[in-house]
Amino acid sequence: MRALAARAWAVAALVALLFAAPAAMAPPAQAQQIIADLSRHLVAITTGFAGAEVLLFGAVDGDGDVIVTVRGPEGDVVVRRKSQVNGMWINTQSVTFGAVPGYYAVAANKPIEEIITGPVAEREQIGAPRLRFEPERNIPPDTIALFRRALLRNMERDGLYQPRTAAVRFLGQRLFRADIVFPANVPTGLYLVNVYLVKGGQVVSATTTPLSVSKIGLSAEIYDFAQNSAITYGFIAVAFAGVAGWAASRVFQRG
Amino acid sequence: MQIYLPIAEVSVDAFLLLGLGAVVGFLGGMFGVGGGFLMTPALMLIGIPPAVAVASGANQIVASSISGAVSQWKKGNVDATMGLVLLAAGVLGTGAGVVLFRLLQQAGQIDLVVQLSYVLLLGVVGVTMAFESLRAVFRRRGAGRPPGRLHQHFWVHRWPLRMRFRRSKLYISAIPPAAIGFVVGILTAIMGIGGGFIMVPAMIYLFGMPTLTVVGTSQFQIVFVTAVTTLLLAATTHTLDVVLAILLIIGGVFGAQVGTRAGQLLRGEYLRGLLALIVLAMSMKLAYDLIATPLDLFSIAVGR
Repeated sequence: MRALAARAWAVAALVALLFAAPAAMAPPAQAQQIIADLSRHLVAITTGFAGAEVLLFGAVDGDGDVIVTVRGPEGDVVVRRKSQVNGMWINTQSVTFGAVPGYYAVAANKPIEEIITGPVAEREQIGAPRLRFEPERNIPPDTIALFRRALLRNMERDGLYQPRTAAVRFLGQRLFRADIVFPANVPTGLYLVNVYLVKGGQVVSATTTPLSVSKIGLSAEIYDFAQNSAITYGFIAVAFAGVAGWAASRVFQRG
Repeated sequence: MQIYLPIAEVSVDAFLLLGLGAVVGFLGGMFGVGGGFLMTPALMLIGIPPAVAVASGANQIVASSISGAVSQWKKGNVDATMGLVLLAAGVLGTGAGVVLFRLLQQAGQIDLVVQLSYVLLLGVVGVTMAFESLRAVFRRRGAGRPPGRLHQHFWVHRWPLRMRFRRSKLYISAIPPAAIGFVVGILTAIMGIGGGFIMVPAMIYLFGMPTLTVVGTSQFQIVFVTAVTTLLLAATTHTLDVVLAILLIIGGVFGAQVGTRAGQLLRGEYLRGLLALIVLAMSMKLAYDLIATPLDLFSIAVGR
């Protein structure tokens, strides 16, 4: 009886193993091979704000390279070109682009070209030169290319598009980290941080984590007040100027 | 100490703004001008958006010119009738200026118009002042003043809508003062200036007002037009930055007091000659910027 029971258990265990083994050996389709998070999900623009740095950290399952992109809120941007008219440099031509992220940065553990194939980088819009903007219609392609380059150059000069690929650093085999730098003129809104795991030139896994940049505290209150109670705000400003100017001259006259 | 300006949406050194307020206040106190023509270009130079520079600069002029206006009013040097005509037209002009500013901004030509206006205005005013102070210097060395009439009569005085301006002892058409007030209103909204250096010569040479009431009336007018401009811009374009304005005001009131004392040490014509040089230098710098090949021919404007 006992022997029989033991055999039955052994068979059951074997069956279980046979069924379980393929699942354990082949990677499951749904499992995350890369996970990442931020040290904080809110960049608060306070009165003393002079730029910020956010730490991105994560882990990969198995080997591969990591690319991180950060995209700011999208909007329209007008690019204007000056030309010389009567000796003066005057804006004469303009092209409006839609869906332009107000901030863009990319980080990777190796140069992008060594990690990923061109078409994939193009598809995923990795690197500022590969960002897809929507130019207005009926403009010749070479004009668009010229104004597009100017747009990228100006955004870079303003510090809103990071010109170089920042570093993703691996700590051992699995863990990685990257610093995302925001300048003081960073636009407010919702940012998306995309983290890609790349193997053999292809993206094998990706994860997205949101980040919010918003005014907090006194600067937010002043901004809201100026927007929502504009007339009261104006009156207070004028009254303050009047009182301050008048009071100061009285104080100095006595002193 | 970096401070984030909530409306301008840039981070600037607070001491730089205090210092800028103090320097402009000093020059304003020394020369008896509002200093808006120095403040607005300086703010743009340190990266404040033009619309914010104009609105916050106008707010600062309210503070820098109110004490002068109050004391002139007490001394009875304000021609209230003239002031009200100028002011009514000035408010209309400010409204028109705000609309014009918007249109020019959309067309991408606001920088050009502001720069050109500054080059022209500062150039004309600088040259006039330089000549005038040179003449005064020579006159002092030579003979005394030629005897003058109460005022000269120009063709503009005979236009319709004649009004009596008691304090100035004038009976002239209301159209020229209204026109000047309107133009100054537009310029306040576009250039962020009080407009004293346009109104004062206009009142003296065009209307024939006595010098004493000219100064008082123009200061009265500047306080109200800049106050109205501040209010209008705050209400319509939302470009008034109080944090910026407060820092400029604090620096400005201290600078103005020191400047007033420094101004008393210098003789009038030398003072005006010095101001003429500053004004001319500004004008030439701005003219050079228009002509010189820009580093990048392309610029961007981010929409919201």
